Amino acid sequence: MHLDAKIPSGPLEKKWDRHRLEMKLVNPANKRKFDVIVVGSGLAGASAAATLGELGYKVQCFCFQDSPRRAHSIAAQGGINAAKNYQNDGDSIYRLFHDTIKGGDFRGREANTYRLAQLSVNIIDQCVAQGVPFAREYGGLLANRSFGGAQVSRTFYARGQTGQQLLVGAYQALCRQIAAGTVRMYPRTEMLNLVLVEDQAKGIVVRDLISGEITSHAADAVVLATGGYSNVFYLSTNARGCNVTAAYRAYKKGAAFANPCYTQIHPTCIPVSGEHQSKLTLMSESLRNDGRVWVSKKRGDKRQPHQIPEPERDYYLERKYPSFGNLAPRDISSRAAKEVCDEGRGVGPSGLGVYLDFADAIKRLSEDRIRERYGNLFEMYETITGENAYKTPMRIFPALHYTMGGLWVDYNLMSNLPGLFVLGEANFSDHGANRLGASALMQGLADGYFVLPYTIGNYFASTKPLKPAVSRPEFKAAEEETRNLTNRLLSIRGKRTTTSFHRELGKLLWDKCGMARNEAGLEEALKRIPALRQEFWENLTVTGENGEFNQALEYAGRVADYMEFAELLCTDALSRRESCGGHFRTEFQTDEGEARRDDENFSFVSAWEFQGVDKAPVLHKEPLVYEEVKMTQRSYK
Amino acid sequence: MNLCLKVWRQKYGKTPGAFREYRAKNVIPDMSFLEMLDVVNEDLAERGEDPIAFDSDCREGICGACSLVINGVPHGGHEGTATCQLHMRHFHDGQTIMIEPWRARAFPPVKDLVVDRSAFDRIIQAGGFVSVSTGGTPDANALPIPKVDQELAMDAAACIGCGACVAACKNASAMLFVSAKIGHLGLLPQGKVEKNRRALNMVEAMDAEGFGSCSVTGSCEAVCPKKINLSFISKMNGDYLLATLGF
Ligand SMILES: Cc1cc2nc3c(=O)[nH]c(=O)nc-3n(C[C@H](O)[C@H](O)[C@H](O)COP(=O)(O)OP(=O)(O)OC[C@H]3O[C@@H](n4cnc5c(N)ncnc54)[C@H](O)[C@@H]3O)c2cc1C
Repeated sequence: MHLDAKIPSGPLEKKWDRHRLEMKLVNPANKRKFDVIVVGSGLAGASAAATLGELGYKVQCFCFQDSPRRAHSIAAQGGINAAKNYQNDGDSIYRLFHDTIKGGDFRGREANTYRLAQLSVNIIDQCVAQGVPFAREYGGLLANRSFGGAQVSRTFYARGQTGQQLLVGAYQALCRQIAAGTVRMYPRTEMLNLVLVEDQAKGIVVRDLISGEITSHAADAVVLATGGYSNVFYLSTNARGCNVTAAYRAYKKGAAFANPCYTQIHPTCIPVSGEHQSKLTLMSESLRNDGRVWVSKKRGDKRQPHQIPEPERDYYLERKYPSFGNLAPRDISSRAAKEVCDEGRGVGPSGLGVYLDFADAIKRLSEDRIRERYGNLFEMYETITGENAYKTPMRIFPALHYTMGGLWVDYNLMSNLPGLFVLGEANFSDHGANRLGASALMQGLADGYFVLPYTIGNYFASTKPLKPAVSRPEFKAAEEETRNLTNRLLSIRGKRTTTSFHRELGKLLWDKCGMARNEAGLEEALKRIPALRQEFWENLTVTGENGEFNQALEYAGRVADYMEFAELLCTDALSRRESCGGHFRTEFQTDEGEARRDDENFSFVSAWEFQGVDKAPVLHKEPLVYEEVKMTQRSYK
Repeated sequence: MNLCLKVWRQKYGKTPGAFREYRAKNVIPDMSFLEMLDVVNEDLAERGEDPIAFDSDCREGICGACSLVINGVPHGGHEGTATCQLHMRHFHDGQTIMIEPWRARAFPPVKDLVVDRSAFDRIIQAGGFVSVSTGGTPDANALPIPKVDQELAMDAAACIGCGACVAACKNASAMLFVSAKIGHLGLLPQGKVEKNRRALNMVEAMDAEGFGSCSVTGSCEAVCPKKINLSFISKMNGDYLLATLGF
């Protein structure tokens, strides 16, 4: 496998402009001769499908929900970053770029991240033109708030529903193209296989989730915008349907999987309340603008929060990171919470929680101002916990939230398989080992609106066209493989449900490959996962048949992939003998308990090549070369 | 607590359905309604029985996938709450709960509690957008928008497209859904340009899908998990009238 990142030459700030000039174009009349498959209708997929349709390509777009508008992006709450510097507080493209690279603990690819910061300003213009109702000041201009890891106010938001509003904007643009006939939408259709013809990605195999029918679709290129894999941990803040299937099955067909161990744990989620829990709910990071995080200074303090006087409280983020305080980046805040809970100073019935307190902000600004800023989040908190956070502090705890790892792509967002492009959370490229808040929405839209539409044209213009028919043997073989897998799942007829396997796998990962990892734990996980997988294939029960609407079957297929993918995740975590960003190895920490990177030996992207189930994958390294920034020990003190 | 569930089961869209009874045991007040159903489904699956099919995804009340009529009321009747955010602390031990799908001609049944809401997508395709393509847009701050307009547009844009408004209406009217989109876009200068044409096209699409006419009872507003206001319907009627008059 040869990994060429194809980073354009020249100074950082000129690379994208120059590359755009150098890329070949497809003339307008020829565009309609090219078919593109876009899997996913989240921010990345919907924006890509709509833009490609506008340009005149023939697009087929797929999602597993009943409507493209329900993609998981809809759930993003807090906001989207852009280097507009509307607040005149010293922001710039370079600063956003630098914050993102530093936030990612110097494990991201410099050129991609710089381009992301550049494009951020266009995104806001685009969204406003579509009618996205971003928050405004009384003068009618756009309002901003701050997010973690930044000392400027550059986050644009629409109440606590930013993802919804951005996705609705992209969905509407998509709908416009569906009406225009350039995009054909396939909702409730799940991609289950990637088809290669002459070693190029030229199609997919899908299952119609209503009829169960398995069919093939061919195209000149395949775009995966299928989101992240946090749900391998069972409990996460992701929607229930989020899964790794599309990406993992592409990996099994030869696409390299990069940095799977870079997973993000979000510091502010509602703590787990019991076994029945089906998912965890995020309380947006934006709350840390006004909320103060604290626990008691005493261990095992059972007093109610209002009974604990000021001097006996430990505002540990403000104490440890005075210059960023409550807005320290996510990985750092999460670990700090874990630390105080490990010391026995956690709050709530389980002791796995810390307070997020708004009393001071309410005193300073009034309850109404706080309600205006975060009303829906406070309501959501109350619905779930039955507690009123205007009166008593919220209880929060870290939870799995986002995955920086994903399929390897070059600067053009193309994987190592020609014709396979990967966008949004599904790729690995822009956030290094830790993503800053409000940067995922930015990346999804940058990829879909402004990067892929150029780079895919270059791919079409510089390769010999090859439009395979779905009657070709490659498609028939892939369909056969997919049917066999489905039949295998249905024929086990064992005793354990998919949920029970998924829960066990998730717990194992959370314990051994969660907020803190070490060699012994990872080795244990790597022994236990194959055993669990074996039991899965011997003792699983899936009801119903293939030829019908069968949610149990859909879920079983996704968990079957987690059973293999979990091993890749732990293998990567074990091989990365350093701590960086969301990957914290207890063996590698500074005296103060901060992550200790090893730039000499580990400043590379780990890209894994599949060799077969039960066989160790092969590691390929893409060196990370920093032309512009100097790698430093991250400090938020 | 222990509950008795009467759940609508329907194997395929076209086969007849019927209520079946299930026991939900050891239900904890902290569970969400869907988590309670998950537990019932786990039980069924362990016994090799077909679990109850229902739609859900984000479980945070924002994706609009969940859709149950609970004791006759879409989303169960707690103000501003979608089914996935409804918690079992609102029920009591020994209670019987009826669970049905959205029922409307324009939402054909798929299986059990799952229906086909693609009619909503087709209505948006008819004009629920601003006709701008990617790129070439002016600076976001070039055009100030009064905060009151933006806030009101946001109230309408909060619609999650779940379809509860249709399920609650005795005529299965989609007026609240359609008016929310028309309100959202029409209140902003970017969307105003196409306001009347949009109203015309979307209302036509709505009628073509087989949704009924507005019954003016306000039952839609009462069940809307995002509390979309009825006043958007009168605003839409205004836009529509202007459009039919050729403005
Ligand atoms: C609760 C929450 C809050 C967040 N808040 C913020 C925030 O404030 N700011 C921020 O920047 N980021 C936030 N994020 C992160 C951000 O929302 C996501 O990273 C981003 O939306 C992912 O977009 P995407 O387009 O890559 O994928 P998704 O939105 O996950 O879309 C994936 C799409 O792929 C489809 N799909 C997947 N697999 C298949 C398959 N096999 N076949 C067919 N279709 C398939 C799905 O149907 C869906 O349409 C948040 C995340 C969560 C969980």
